[in-house]
Amino acid sequence: MVAGPGGLRFVLNGRPVRSRAPAGARLAQVLREEFGLTGTKIGCDAGDCGACTVLLDGAQVCACLVPVGQIEGGRVVTVEGLAEKNGLDRLQRAFLITGAAQCGICTPGMLMAAADLLARRPSPDETEVRDAIGGVLCRCTGYRKIVEAVLLAASDRPLPTEPDGRMGARRIRLDGPDKVAGRAAFGADRRPREALELRLVRSPHHRARFGIGDLEGFRARHPGILRILTAADIPGRNGFGIYPDLKDQPVLAAGEVRHRGEPVLALVGTPEAVRKVDPEELPIAWEPLPPVFGIEAALAPDAPVVHAGRPDNVLIEGRVRRGEVETALRGSAVRAEIAVETSFVEHAYIEPEAGFAVRRGDSIEIFATTQAPYMDREEVAAVLGIPAERVRIVPSACGGGFGGKLDVSVQPILAVAAWLLDRPVRTVWSRPESMAASTKRHPARIRAEAGADTEGRLTGFRFHGDFDTGAYASWGPTVAQRVPVHATGPYRLRAALCTTRGIYTNGPPAGAFRGFGVPQAAIAHEALMDMLADRLGMDRLEFRLANALRPGDVTHCGQRLGDGVALAACLERLRPIWREERDRLAAGRGREGPLRRGLGIACMWYGLGNTSMSNPSTMEVGLSQEGRLTLYNGAVDIGQGSATIMVQLCAEALGLPMELFDQVLGDTARTRDAGKTSASRQTLVSGNAARLAGLDLRRQILRLANAGPDAELRLEGSLLEVREGGRLREIDLRRLVPGEGGEVLRGIGSWDPPTEPLDADGQGVPYASYGFAAQMALVEVDLELGTTRPLRIWAAHDVGRAVNPTLVEGQIEGGIAQGIGLALMEEFVPGRNENLHDYLIPTVGDVPEIEIHLIEEGDPLGPFGAKGVGEPALIPTAPAILNAIADATGVRPGRVPVTPDRLLAALAAAKVQG
Amino acid sequence: MHIYERPRDLETALALLAEGDWQVMAGGTDIYPARVDRPLERPLLDITAIEALHGIEETGEGYRLGACLRWSELRDRPLPPIFDGLRKAAATIGGRQIQNRATLGGNLCNASPAADGIPVLMALEAVVELRSLRGVRRIPLVDFVRGNRCTALAPDELLTAVLLPRPRGRSRTTFLKLGSRAHLVISITMIALALDCDPAGRILRAGVAVGACAPTARRLPLLESRLLGRDLAEPLATAVDTAVLAPLAPIDDIRGTAAYRRRATLVLLRRGLAELATPLRGAA
Repeated sequence: MVAGPGGLRFVLNGRPVRSRAPAGARLAQVLREEFGLTGTKIGCDAGDCGACTVLLDGAQVCACLVPVGQIEGGRVVTVEGLAEKNGLDRLQRAFLITGAAQCGICTPGMLMAAADLLARRPSPDETEVRDAIGGVLCRCTGYRKIVEAVLLAASDRPLPTEPDGRMGARRIRLDGPDKVAGRAAFGADRRPREALELRLVRSPHHRARFGIGDLEGFRARHPGILRILTAADIPGRNGFGIYPDLKDQPVLAAGEVRHRGEPVLALVGTPEAVRKVDPEELPIAWEPLPPVFGIEAALAPDAPVVHAGRPDNVLIEGRVRRGEVETALRGSAVRAEIAVETSFVEHAYIEPEAGFAVRRGDSIEIFATTQAPYMDREEVAAVLGIPAERVRIVPSACGGGFGGKLDVSVQPILAVAAWLLDRPVRTVWSRPESMAASTKRHPARIRAEAGADTEGRLTGFRFHGDFDTGAYASWGPTVAQRVPVHATGPYRLRAALCTTRGIYTNGPPAGAFRGFGVPQAAIAHEALMDMLADRLGMDRLEFRLANALRPGDVTHCGQRLGDGVALAACLERLRPIWREERDRLAAGRGREGPLRRGLGIACMWYGLGNTSMSNPSTMEVGLSQEGRLTLYNGAVDIGQGSATIMVQLCAEALGLPMELFDQVLGDTARTRDAGKTSASRQTLVSGNAARLAGLDLRRQILRLANAGPDAELRLEGSLLEVREGGRLREIDLRRLVPGEGGEVLRGIGSWDPPTEPLDADGQGVPYASYGFAAQMALVEVDLELGTTRPLRIWAAHDVGRAVNPTLVEGQIEGGIAQGIGLALMEEFVPGRNENLHDYLIPTVGDVPEIEIHLIEEGDPLGPFGAKGVGEPALIPTAPAILNAIADATGVRPGRVPVTPDRLLAALAAAKVQG
Repeated sequence: MHIYERPRDLETALALLAEGDWQVMAGGTDIYPARVDRPLERPLLDITAIEALHGIEETGEGYRLGACLRWSELRDRPLPPIFDGLRKAAATIGGRQIQNRATLGGNLCNASPAADGIPVLMALEAVVELRSLRGVRRIPLVDFVRGNRCTALAPDELLTAVLLPRPRGRSRTTFLKLGSRAHLVISITMIALALDCDPAGRILRAGVAVGACAPTARRLPLLESRLLGRDLAEPLATAVDTAVLAPLAPIDDIRGTAAYRRRATLVLLRRGLAELATPLRGAA
């Protein structure tokens, strides 16, 4: 044996240590479990994501692939070993100041890969940086700021200092230091001592009936397995789902499974025991049934029925109608038609689902990765059959969400197990089970048609989209309702008819994914805009600008837009670049060989917050006797930065510096409901709540000081100074009577976007505020290989006002990276690519230079003019790329992703050759 | 307790192999990913501590590459032109983390149809050295890799080295890989070229191999024979047509269709030949 009786010796972060782990154990697991160094993250356990990158004898390795038997006598450095004695090292500080960490789950791996490079090459160029971090996947940032951070750290320039200020300042994200130090606790990073482990046994079939045999006998043969849970063990409702009337997804399937990866049993026991079980040994008798795959199959007259209550497999229909579309189209000078088909897309957050549950008397507490703690609380309560007040959700740091962590994942089953066994229970999903079980972007099958008159004004727009919602409803209704409202694109129209259907199949449940179906629809409307412009002989940008929605226009939902509509400004900002690039392309035509360049443009709009539904947020801010402020912030930061900007907004309203703030984040026992982190709503909705909470506290302070609204505040320990003109009032906070929680003052703010219901024709006010954007993509297509390489992307976004420009840019760059994936490489096929080497997301080498233009005209409803950008960032990217491909080749691919084989086939069909 | 042995000398390793059922492990970069959801079951025989399996050595007949040579060593070390193609392949095997652990021998023994290391070695007419207590045998790589995850290795044998024959003249090699993204990508198709030329640029020996288009990498003998005797300065791409692809048997999968693989392979072959011709032309 390798490990002698004294264990296996190596040097860990400069200190000699001994491990008692078996020699075949993975280093990543040993670092985390034996040495408690949870800064090393496990994203795939297969060397595909690089999150576990550490240095072994100075060279970067995936700790998940290194048996500890091989490190005997070696030197291991983890992210915890990177920090200098007096704090973070230069590389970590460079990550902070450039905004290179968002959710933070890939950050330790990125840092270690970069540290490996900087030790070998102290002054690398950009190509060397890309090569060095090419083995670490990031789903949030689009890599641009990471590359920038590494180059900055390598330079001999002093690191820029963090600017002061609140609203509008490029503040370092408040959770940044913990993330770059590897201290942030994600779902798998904490566990109570003596926690039992839970492992789900999942269906290997897409559709099947099943019977369960002798579980007691199985358990008896597997000491260490304490309990095997089945559907019969769920104390309350064995179902969850986003809509109150659509709790159609079981916690554990009862007799029938509807998609591959659906959980059937839960094994609870010691970690060793549950990990050892081979699921095939379990006494489950499967009767596979023919699955329904794809929209066409699900709508066939003799299609198997996925849910008994829906004999036609149609979950829901959506519709917006304005004017007489047929008449408008018939009277058009030019018309264009398009068909678009898209695929299941996986969120591919680098943090798989994980968490633990603890029962405390008649209450349950859950620590887990999530985007929606208050929704989790309600689901868990119903599943346990207890009131919501007895459920506490404590969100972990969230290692990426993008909509995929809006549905519950580990929460209900952990709650059931901890409740029934009265012991702490944890679970961590493996990458394959995360990919098999989590929700996906809806595959869409779209047909759309639009017309324009001789003046280049849009006339009518007709759209129908079928969306494959997979085995369960999840956010299918949201997609079906949101798409018709956005399907026309951000343009003025005389008439429109937009219809949708959500279709049940035996695919994975399709849920929320950055844009709720709008990115798929945008591919169609932006293709039509190019086709109409071309048919009219008009410039593609000018055609869009001529039809762009402006303040005061009426949308096809009949909503009259107020101010805060800056699409025209986005297009005008891009116009000179567009012209210059088009001229450059025209000059280069005819001598490109097999490589053909093309330029594409696309616009988008996106309603912020829920569609025609109340979605309020409430924030509180307290002031302690010691002069510290606490923001009780229920908005979950999934990497986008809400934990930073809420403080910026609250501090701005209150008139005190951010440095005085502490925060309580997401904990349902200590914060108010801020709603879920979805629909790009937190900046607008919770941002207003944070602002109002700050204003409320300020009002109370001013009242105490008997001062007017323009007074200046200053806190010096327990001494609160209120200065107005030449007059100074001092309040000694220690002399005020502390209320609940030991605070002397507490401000509260609530905000709910003003919307109005939509009628049967979708007429009404679906959203209070919209984000707008235009993006341009320059691509190079290899006509012989069918490959497409984005060379540069320009993004002009109407963000109202940027609360923190660094974070806004990070959202845009990350959204663009996901848009590149949607356009060119991402297609989830159940059972075929449930891992991160067969399912491809963009790497650092796939994201080109991105030029961002923030359009800041202010939104009248936004906090200090700000509005959301999370989903708007992604929506125009794929359409711009597809339009660029069409520009380069004359061929418009109708199916995304445009993989090399698909594009080459389309080129061959159109007889386009290099 | 899971059994794990890490002997320091070859004899011990061979003796263990002769006695029991072992999963031989070097870099671990194929073994662990295949066991994401389940524990290691077979005993592991870790061969990375065996000094004799490391390093690159020039011999009378050519080069001897230790089975435990890591891809990063091939990528980063200054080596003669015969290694150019292998160096390019090394840089595409996973990310740097993988290249720092994964080994030459592991890539061959794992025998994935998409193994990035195999086509170049096949084009170079590499021979593998297999040792057991029974003795040593040397067989051409093309005979060693028998199918998808299937090799000629006997249960008691260890792949100890890869032998590259000395080039018959100036060696020019390259490797081109096609995938759907920039890093960390499994090949849709890949080609390797190894041409030995006389000082005037006439091709004395041509090795051409294609990966990810059949259960194993395959050589293209028709193209090789067409290239023989031609001058590097000629437009060699004319030697490439669909007939040369006869040994391939590509499939449709999530990475691409069979038809696409054929077309793309032709393009890569032409580009690879053009690349090898270019510098000589300039020098002439």
